Amino acid sequence: MTEDKKALTANRRRFLKGLSAGTAGMAFASQMPSALAADKVSMGFIYVGPRDDYGYNQAHFEGKSALAALDWVKAVDEENVPESLEVQKTMESMINLDGVQVVFPTSFGYFDPHILKLAGEYPEVQFLHCGGLWDATKHPKNVGSYFGYIDEPVYISGIVAGHTSKSKKLGFVAAMPIPQVLRNINNFTLAARSVDPSITTTVVFTGSWSDPVKEAEAASSLIDQGVDVLTCHVDSPKVVVETAERRGIYSCGYHTNNAVLAPKGFLTGAEWAWSGLYKHYAELISGGKPIPNLMRGGLKDGIVAVSPYGAAVGEAAKVAADGVMKKFMDGSMVVYEGPIMSNTGTEVVPAGKSYPQTDVWLESMDWLVEGVVGSTQA
Amino acid sequence: MQKALETWSISLGALLVSVLLVAVFIASTGNSPGEVFYSLYRGAFGSWFSWQNTMVRAAPLLLTALCTALPARVGLIVIGGEGAFVVGGLSATMAGIAISTAPPFVVLTVMMLVAGVTAGGWLMAVGALRYYRNVNETISSLLLNYIAIALLNFLVIGVLRDPATLNNPSTYPIGDQNMIGAIGDSSVHWGLIYGLVACTLMWVLARKSIFGFAADVTGGNIRAARLVGLPVAKIVMFSCFLGGAAAGLAGAIEIAAVQGRANAALNAGYGYAGILVAFLARHNPLAIIPYALLLGGIQAAGGLLQRAHDLPDATVAVIQGIIFMVILSSEMLYGRFRWFQPKKVV
Repeated sequence: MTEDKKALTANRRRFLKGLSAGTAGMAFASQMPSALAADKVSMGFIYVGPRDDYGYNQAHFEGKSALAALDWVKAVDEENVPESLEVQKTMESMINLDGVQVVFPTSFGYFDPHILKLAGEYPEVQFLHCGGLWDATKHPKNVGSYFGYIDEPVYISGIVAGHTSKSKKLGFVAAMPIPQVLRNINNFTLAARSVDPSITTTVVFTGSWSDPVKEAEAASSLIDQGVDVLTCHVDSPKVVVETAERRGIYSCGYHTNNAVLAPKGFLTGAEWAWSGLYKHYAELISGGKPIPNLMRGGLKDGIVAVSPYGAAVGEAAKVAADGVMKKFMDGSMVVYEGPIMSNTGTEVVPAGKSYPQTDVWLESMDWLVEGVVGSTQA
Repeated sequence: MQKALETWSISLGALLVSVLLVAVFIASTGNSPGEVFYSLYRGAFGSWFSWQNTMVRAAPLLLTALCTALPARVGLIVIGGEGAFVVGGLSATMAGIAISTAPPFVVLTVMMLVAGVTAGGWLMAVGALRYYRNVNETISSLLLNYIAIALLNFLVIGVLRDPATLNNPSTYPIGDQNMIGAIGDSSVHWGLIYGLVACTLMWVLARKSIFGFAADVTGGNIRAARLVGLPVAKIVMFSCFLGGAAAGLAGAIEIAAVQGRANAALNAGYGYAGILVAFLARHNPLAIIPYALLLGGIQAAGGLLQRAHDLPDATVAVIQGIIFMVILSSEMLYGRFRWFQPKKVV
């Protein structure tokens, strides 16, 4: 089927469904089609895991829930949707049965081929994907990406962890050695070592985004090795943070505010703050304004946040962390400033060279910095 | 005739009882059972879109259900469909990448053959372990699932990885020209037809062939089968091979019709859902078809239940669980009603 014919059948299908001809025929060629300023903005959210995982999916659910305060927005959502035909059918079902104008499929693996396929079939619907993959040269105009520099609050976690650790050994439970995860491990370690260069971070890869049994084993074995601050990058931080609390060590949260999981040992953590961004999108749609295909931001844009300090955080740690926070907020903070050595002894960032947060070179990271105990070969 | 009537009556009765129990469950969540059942119907069979949604979800279940149903006929409870599905998808991808420039027809045929043989061999090992070493087939096939998933992750993150897939490690794609398309104007891919044909063929094999009869004898009483000189080892292993091949074919279709490349998304639970379908169908390959549609329908409607009634995703699992328990319990009713039994000749 050619693109035109596809668009035509999709439009006809919607027309037959009794929708107004105006909506059906609407498709701008030059910019993302933005829906008509209809009576209600209708948005659909899709999560790969459960809404209440204290992690990645809950962060998006909290963002979606914030929309409930706006009476001109109707938001629906669906949890536990696998990255297969099922997500395609879920998107179609939201479009056909709920009439959503914009879909937020939030899992990384939804993008290719699932979102790309449906975007061709429903040119009047907008597909906004969390992950930052959109490329103007390759992808349709009604697709967009948004993401946050979550490694910035992770850096703050590293500062607090560096000040708090007594054994000088930090632990990191990670899903897989991909650039996003490596960057968090590196930021955490660089921050801690800026406090005390003798600190090391031991990393364990579980090989999966969600494998509670392995996460518990990894956390326990790290604690047995003398680690006294633990953090993680998996879909749900619950198991790691709870294990740390039960074994009486400190923890830094991830994805959402994990303080409730570890009332004694929780230090701080890196959180997503999607509610602001989702409200912003809703306003753009209701105002009939074009939606940018790429949205990206860090602490100063309010897309990510630092969890409030826990009771165990000392004054010196707070002062140091607040200082770094200030630099992130005024844009003067540069994490990757040479010389930086990798943990295999090669110089990855030469002296005098620096990469600001927005540099795309950082997004193909395949090395771990000096001080990380672990290998990128999982 | 009476036997068929017995099967139909008990199955329908069991479905009715499960509908009642589901209604009680829904009422307990504070929702109106009538409205929820209407949503179930609307999401599963209420429109052409919903029908397509249901069929797409049923397609892989047709094949993964065979993976449990065929070995069950020789008396083995095999739950290795998930692993066979993954192994099939993985080997099909490797074959597809290796010869991706050949004509698409050749590529697809080779992919499916390779998937069938690899996944068939994968589960034949379960049959062999059972027959020669007396290893429990349920446990060994379950453990093989974990090995298959670990193998997939290892290869996808390692040697098979396309370096361009930075944050979602995947293999190289098999190429757009080698993808299976949709049937006509619908959004249902041809995998559904493969599944329907496979179920029909397996029904013929099970019910109308000498092999099928020999398999039933083996499953009924293995000592009797040996005594009458049946090649029991071959029958057991071939049944496992066919089951594995069916699930492997489903994996190959998942790659060729949906994903285009192998990654962690291959492990999406179709193998486990197939076990449920096989038991509901009482291991009758033809009965797999309606039950796969029923389960596909419940899954298709699951999203609507979440969105329209604010029910959690676990609701679908509870509904499936209730149906599963009631139908399994109804097994013990067979032979209990004199009305269905053939009259004894005095």
